[in-house]
Amino acid sequence: MWEYTDKVKKYFTEPVNVGEVENPDGVGEVGSLACGDALKLTFKLDEKGRIADAKFQTFGCASAIASSSALTEMIKGMTLEQASKITNKDIAAFLGGLPPEKMHCSVMGEQALTAAIRNYQGLEPLPSEEGEVVCECFGVTDKEIEKVARNNNLHTVEEITNFTKAGGGCGKCVDKIEELLAKIWSTAAPTQAAPIQPPKKKLTNIQKMKLIEETLEREVRPALKADGGGIELIDIAGDVVQVSLRGTCSSCAASQATLSQFVQTKLREFVTPELVVEEVKP
Amino acid sequence: MSHHKVVYLDNNATSQTAPEVVAAMLPFFGELYGNPSSMHTFGGQVKAHLDQARQRVADLLGCSPEEIIFTSCGTESDNTAIMAALRSFPGKRHVVTTRVEHPAVLNFCQDLARRGHEVTFLPVDRQGNLDLNQVEDSIRDDTALVSVMWANNETGVIFPVEQIAAMAKAKGAVFHTDAVQAVGKVPISLKDTQIDMLALSGHKLHTPKGVGVLYVRKGTPFVAYVMGGHQEHGRRAGTENVPYIVGLGRACELARQRMVDENTRVKGLRDRLEEGLLKVEATMVNGDPNRRLPNTSSVSFEYVEGESILLMLSDLGICASSGSACTSGSLEPSHVLRAMGVPFTAAHGSIRFSLSYYSTGEEIDHVLKHMPGIIERLRKISPFWQKYKTSKACATPGYVEP
Repeated sequence: MWEYTDKVKKYFTEPVNVGEVENPDGVGEVGSLACGDALKLTFKLDEKGRIADAKFQTFGCASAIASSSALTEMIKGMTLEQASKITNKDIAAFLGGLPPEKMHCSVMGEQALTAAIRNYQGLEPLPSEEGEVVCECFGVTDKEIEKVARNNNLHTVEEITNFTKAGGGCGKCVDKIEELLAKIWSTAAPTQAAPIQPPKKKLTNIQKMKLIEETLEREVRPALKADGGGIELIDIAGDVVQVSLRGTCSSCAASQATLSQFVQTKLREFVTPELVVEEVKP
Repeated sequence: MSHHKVVYLDNNATSQTAPEVVAAMLPFFGELYGNPSSMHTFGGQVKAHLDQARQRVADLLGCSPEEIIFTSCGTESDNTAIMAALRSFPGKRHVVTTRVEHPAVLNFCQDLARRGHEVTFLPVDRQGNLDLNQVEDSIRDDTALVSVMWANNETGVIFPVEQIAAMAKAKGAVFHTDAVQAVGKVPISLKDTQIDMLALSGHKLHTPKGVGVLYVRKGTPFVAYVMGGHQEHGRRAGTENVPYIVGLGRACELARQRMVDENTRVKGLRDRLEEGLLKVEATMVNGDPNRRLPNTSSVSFEYVEGESILLMLSDLGICASSGSACTSGSLEPSHVLRAMGVPFTAAHGSIRFSLSYYSTGEEIDHVLKHMPGIIERLRKISPFWQKYKTSKACATPGYVEP
């Protein structure tokens, strides 16, 4: 039995704005019968460009119906620019939260809204359709997964499944999702890195070397491995750490960026903030 | 919670506890706490109750009491049976089972397949039936075990296990059946069959949860799964769960008395329920109507989703189950309906009603009164219903099986 909030129950048992707007300005259709849930969102603008009316039709569980109905309430009176900023998190928050396994219902709302606005603009339903399909069971692309992962700070396959359904069918794509997550969060590291802490006390050379090797092993290698590359520690002279890249990384044009932005950030975070990373050719 | 009286139509999930069973159990939670293995009279008197329970189970199954092993649940019985067969024939690496088994067998067999055993998962047809020629062809010289459920928990479809047991025997394989749903609902006389092992579960027979049985035919090679003390003749270690075993004995006695009622009155209620529900447009029954348990009905309401139906029923006090993806938490609809090739439009909107001795005509009336309105409300919200109504072209074909 799912634990639904009273607001979810209310919007499920007494949904508002059910149906289709007549002569809609925007129509967004996402999901399918095969997937187990689907949503058709229609809206009409007033002369000032605000959403005058919005209606929904949903095939799905209680939280899918509640998320859809809530969405129509939220967007009424908004300009399209305001509406386009609504995310799945806003829908879930409006409802007082959703069970983790049901977050994909709020994502479906966000996608239908995006599709409806793009429809009004004369564009293809979803920009994510340009991506590569990762989960064949539910037709989820890498772009969709990346967007949802970044917006909701998702780090595990289970979370991705809860939010997008990807990986929840045959399970064949679980490894691919794992790789994708490693890639998403390794490149995001520079902007998301924790504030650099000053070292508690000065490290001895031996301690520093040990800590650098440990950090490379724990924080850096797994992320590089996901891209098919590796890293070798060559030498440590004072605060200069010389490394050499192996495999895919060594021939990669972005390797310089990988080094300065990622390895250095990690070493500064976990060892000492003075470190400078240099790449040497093997 | 709803203010409605509970209408419990989910007996295949777990059954209402029988007051007679609870009454029989109570002394063993209190004054009769002795260990049946003890040498003193105080403990020894408990053993007599254990023996009586064993006899009552044997009477229901048509076998000898020595062939009954008490376990903690149906799943333990199933797991034990499969392990016992494989350990008894270490040279045989092949197992035959079906795609519609309960997870207690299915997941165990999938794990075996990952660990180097060869497992044949037999398909079923649109009605949920096995092809007996295919079953026979699948059993080989290196087949250690054939495990086929007696009746399906979701659709109630009954498999001809007695025939399949004979096929397994002819090729030297052990035959096991998960009879958790069948016991008490179909007449069983194990001594007249070639079934080697059978699993049953107490809480489907109106006991509280926590007791099961594994039947092992005399002469069947057996290796214990739970090892330790000498209880159950060394075939299942662990101090006996006396109150529950006594309760199960009483439950089996009641089941024997109620078998006729199950197959006449209860079946009549189920049929009336189904007939009424089928009056709702675009509705279908899943599973062969001629080979089904008397208490089970799997009905699909096309273009609506099962969880939504269940929640609306729940508000009216009505308890049922669904094979929809949303209720399982697995994101895909029930493996049983998928194996049968039930269309998407119907699989997600499937509802299982499972009745029992305690079901009444008023309860069925209550469901029949409210169900059409619930389906209508949800179809008004569904984007597919309108399409179906206007074009009739939206109907999707069956699942494309991998």
